[in-house]
Amino acid sequence: MKKSTFEVIAESGIHARPATGLVQVASKFSSEVFLEYKEKKVNLKSILGVMSLGVGQGAQISIYTDGADEEDALSAIENFMKTEGIVQS
Amino acid sequence: MNNLSGIAASSGIAIGKAFLMAEPNLTVEKKKIAEIEQEITRFHEAITSSKQELQLIREQTANQMGEENAAIFDAHLLVLSDPELLQATEDKVRSDEVNAEFALQEISQTFVVMFEQMDNEYMRERAADIQDVTKRVLSKLLNIETSKISAIEEEVIIISNDLVPSDTAQLNRQFVKGFITDMGGRTSHSAIMARSMEIPAVVGTQNATAIIKSNDFLIIDGDSGEVFVNPTEDMIKAYEQKQLGLESQKRQLAELKDKKTVTLDGRQVEIASNIGTPQEVENVLANGGEGIGLYRTEFLYMERETMPTEEEQFQAYKQVLEKMGERPVVVRTLDIGGDKQLPYLSMPEEMNPFLGVRAIRLCLEEQEIFRTQLRALLRASCFGNLKIMFPMIATIEEFREAKKILLEEKKTLKLEGVSVSEEIEIGIMVETPSTAVLADQYAKEVDFFSIGTNDLIQYTMAADRMNERVSYLYQPYNPAILRLVKMVVDAAHAEGKWAGMCGEMAGDATAIPLLIGLGLDEFSMSAPSMLKARSQINQLSHHEMERFAEQALNMQTAEQVKQLVEEKLQV
Repeated sequence: MKKSTFEVIAESGIHARPATGLVQVASKFSSEVFLEYKEKKVNLKSILGVMSLGVGQGAQISIYTDGADEEDALSAIENFMKTEGIVQS
Repeated sequence: MNNLSGIAASSGIAIGKAFLMAEPNLTVEKKKIAEIEQEITRFHEAITSSKQELQLIREQTANQMGEENAAIFDAHLLVLSDPELLQATEDKVRSDEVNAEFALQEISQTFVVMFEQMDNEYMRERAADIQDVTKRVLSKLLNIETSKISAIEEEVIIISNDLVPSDTAQLNRQFVKGFITDMGGRTSHSAIMARSMEIPAVVGTQNATAIIKSNDFLIIDGDSGEVFVNPTEDMIKAYEQKQLGLESQKRQLAELKDKKTVTLDGRQVEIASNIGTPQEVENVLANGGEGIGLYRTEFLYMERETMPTEEEQFQAYKQVLEKMGERPVVVRTLDIGGDKQLPYLSMPEEMNPFLGVRAIRLCLEEQEIFRTQLRALLRASCFGNLKIMFPMIATIEEFREAKKILLEEKKTLKLEGVSVSEEIEIGIMVETPSTAVLADQYAKEVDFFSIGTNDLIQYTMAADRMNERVSYLYQPYNPAILRLVKMVVDAAHAEGKWAGMCGEMAGDATAIPLLIGLGLDEFSMSAPSMLKARSQINQLSHHEMERFAEQALNMQTAEQVKQLVEEKLQV
């Protein structure tokens, strides 16, 4: 299992549009992918799950990947969040 | 005969049979299930066929209305694949031994409630998406055909509670002559779609679905908002006449589409259109627009969560410029504040927002926002004939400051190796009396003026245009306003510059003869008004209108001016 922690800098957090893209990226991998915020862990392949967390600006979040392609999954997600300005690049 | 009325959402007359789109009855009963695995399979099949259906609707929409309108269905598809929703439903079927319909409805309801309670408009709208998707799957599970608009094969007028995007995407223009809804207003999704498809529509009737039955005979008047149910023969005849009249007028006007706008004595002017989004450009071209006189960029910033990025803006501007080709496109920089707020930009509350920090005042304060927009515009400038216009300029210093920032960004871009057009005209919108009065001085520095009459009238008459009790003071024909217009036009011409108008007055049949007389060069209005304006101008003599305007300038009241125009010109 892989884990990385980030601080969300996007003004609207990962509420809305970025959530759609994030789920699409995560869904490409066979590994299980989780997003943790305030000790609540949700499936990052679930749009409803991600949006229900209400991650705002300044939040500390962790991404967990677990499975055969866990490394690729983690770096793809990290890349996506950086290019979209969700976290600091 | 039964009549009802609603909001006139899309102009024209439609006569024909009613097709009632009944809301399917999706009442779900809780049932005990013995064959759990069979139930799960049934659920998966319903999901799969719902996905196929949505995928098809998505493609159709993308083809007919562009990728942007199709994006909503990507979100729907994502919900249909959501492991939380699917897994939770399956788990519930297994643990409670209940039917899939019941399990799905319960699970989806918990999400709907969760989203509806969020303090964020975007998220609350997502609750409606979950419901829309759930309904689709439920109708599959219950084996209920949702009324298929796509299957309509005769001419009808559609009656429905509301039309959601997945409905309008499937409307067949050949058969759907018009529509009536219970819900909605002039700016609701269904109204906007009706206008872009040019089919008559009346929305917000409250009770059309309760009063009208399938196969009732209907007349709808999309200009007055009236609906006549089972009208008399005489009425049908009268409306058929009216419809023919409108159609022949439309055909006559259509012939002017590629013609120039020239007065009888040879003065050529430009008829342009106001737009808010890149999608409207096609409508502008279809209605013979010679340019875009006002591109309101606010729409790029509204109804979203964050500032649009430079790239997003660049794409939008580029799209408009490319589609317009050599025709001029006047882009107004961000005009926010006043009655227009952005959810992600906190602005302190003001006693008089219309007299507060709005438009260029805000942009000069929040320079990052302004610079991002200017960079996007400059990058797009090579793709067409761009003109940049600053709104709400009240002092020459404001214009100089805005222009300085523009030139700084241009220099930076060129240092970065980005190509920027050298032909960009830089102008201002004339909305404050101070600028109109001092127009001769501005004319030495700006490349053009565009008179924003809605605000110019509001500020000149000191009458809040949101306040109905002072609406009688909204007087475009008041000689005071006409004199300001004259000052601006004369000032422009004295320096060899041009002057246009992008307020409602520019498309007003009573004002047009006066404006021609005052020497206005460009008239920018809503797309459907353009051909009418061209037809009117082509029949006027500039010299005669000059004398006429002179007379109006020396009158005392707006009412006198109006009478003068109406008597002499039978407008």
